[in-house]
Amino acid sequence: MIHARGLARTFDTKRGRERVAVNAVGGVDIDVEEGEIVGFLGPNGAGKTTTLRMLTTLLKPTSGTATVAGYDLAKEPIKVRKSIGYVSQSGSTASIARAGEEIIDHALLYGINARQAEKRGKELFEQLELDGMWARQPKTMSGGQRRRLDIAMGLVHDPKLVFLDEPSTGLDPQARANLWTHISDLRTKLGSTVFLTTHYLDEADALCDRILVIDHGVIVASDTPDALKRQVAGDLVELTLANEQQVATAAAQLGKLGATSSATADVSGLVVSMRIPDAGTELPGLLRSLDSAGVPLTAIEVRRPTLDDVFLTMTGRSLREDA
Amino acid sequence: MNFLYDTGVIYRRQVRLAVRNPAWVIIGLAQPVLYLALFGPLLKPLASHIGAQNAYTFFVPGLLIQLGLFGALFAGFGLVSEWREGVIEAERVTPANRAALLFGRVLRDLTLLLVQGIILIGLGFVFGMNGSIPGMILGLVLILLLGGACSASSYGLALTLKSEDALAPILNSIALPVLLLSGILLPISIATGAPQWLVTVSDFMPIKYLVNALRQLFTGGFWNVTTFWGAVWVLVLFGLGLWFGTRTFRKDNA
Repeated sequence: MIHARGLARTFDTKRGRERVAVNAVGGVDIDVEEGEIVGFLGPNGAGKTTTLRMLTTLLKPTSGTATVAGYDLAKEPIKVRKSIGYVSQSGSTASIARAGEEIIDHALLYGINARQAEKRGKELFEQLELDGMWARQPKTMSGGQRRRLDIAMGLVHDPKLVFLDEPSTGLDPQARANLWTHISDLRTKLGSTVFLTTHYLDEADALCDRILVIDHGVIVASDTPDALKRQVAGDLVELTLANEQQVATAAAQLGKLGATSSATADVSGLVVSMRIPDAGTELPGLLRSLDSAGVPLTAIEVRRPTLDDVFLTMTGRSLREDA
Repeated sequence: MNFLYDTGVIYRRQVRLAVRNPAWVIIGLAQPVLYLALFGPLLKPLASHIGAQNAYTFFVPGLLIQLGLFGALFAGFGLVSEWREGVIEAERVTPANRAALLFGRVLRDLTLLLVQGIILIGLGFVFGMNGSIPGMILGLVLILLLGGACSASSYGLALTLKSEDALAPILNSIALPVLLLSGILLPISIATGAPQWLVTVSDFMPIKYLVNALRQLFTGGFWNVTTFWGAVWVLVLFGLGLWFGTRTFRKDNA
């Protein structure tokens, strides 16, 4: 569905009097197969939106090639536009217009006749729980409703590939959860391929078959959420000891369970921690051996890796710092 | 045919939104009407001094130009807010013709301008204007060309800057010298006592020729050098404005 090679975009910006070329996206390869839901994860300013704007023909790449929905981005942009839907993060409807009119006008620009557009629009309103909103002004809608209206705008021509830019930004938790079901419905009910950007890990985790991690305009990882989490080399086990004398013993015991023989446990005061592959099965043995060594614990904690950890291991910084 | 169809879709949507918010039509008209009511009476006793038979036949053409110039020049502000709401992006991601996105909007502005222009001329008659009706119709056509040039270039500028804060000072710094140097309010000519240097400076202002042409047309002068140059200049401006606007809308990163 998407095959991009070395897609790059450089912006000229002025810093004082100097002209500086900023590499927003520095040559990315992206492959998305039909029927996939792929998440594009990265902090703000990592190049997510720029990449998306290139793939949706809104921005010409400085270099690189791509076929989107089977058409060459540079040679057949109009055919690309006809086959894709784009839901941008800034919205798509005028606040003083009427929702239904915006849907119909949008469909007309795709060459769909007005009657068909109205029929399709009303179907979408029903599917997206916007019943009765046809004559409403977007400014009177809630954030979640307006976002769903944007999705309806992007779907009115039945695209086989849908791009969503930060779909749940600014929504309350309930509206987000509701939106997620609608996004996964895009595939199950409409058979669309979905490419979405996000800087929320739980969103990528909940929705995506595969995740591309982008940082500073370069893709640093591409895999399923689970496989990415496995790359973090295990679950984090944190032991809190009762007294300082046994810290070294505990660290040694924990160290034996590391993924590699050279791995050692981190010690910070009374807390000894280390990443252990498959901590669940190792834990009973660890507790027994600590017990027989006479090491009393006050607390034990095991944390499954999150995509935030993935991001931290790959880029050396937390996703949340920038987001 | 794609272009005409897309232009029609955009135009209809824009007109629908404008009609729903008629405040803009009224606000746009308020300024020239206030000039007509509050400045016109001052001009009346001066009519013979500035070489006019009828003060309003002299004054209304200037106000029409002001209407065409200012109304259309500030159209870009609407585009910035549309851009902020994501409407422009949403339209650009469809297969719609890029120039149609501009032309549909320019046509909306011209419709607005035509309605305002007719109202203004009507009010002029109420105040006691007289003159050639065919000349006024032709004058309106020239005003529409001027309005098209201003609105297209204002949209082009708005789409480049994407900020009201950047747009406002630029438009104001264009509008004020044009207003002062084109003789919209009072004629700039040696015969009426203007200093030579001011006349020379104003000779470089294309709108001045349009104002003079319009005054000729309103008094029934059709085929003379003044109307010829007015028409030439407005066509040049129209061409330049549409070229700039279209170029911006066609650019890959707008």
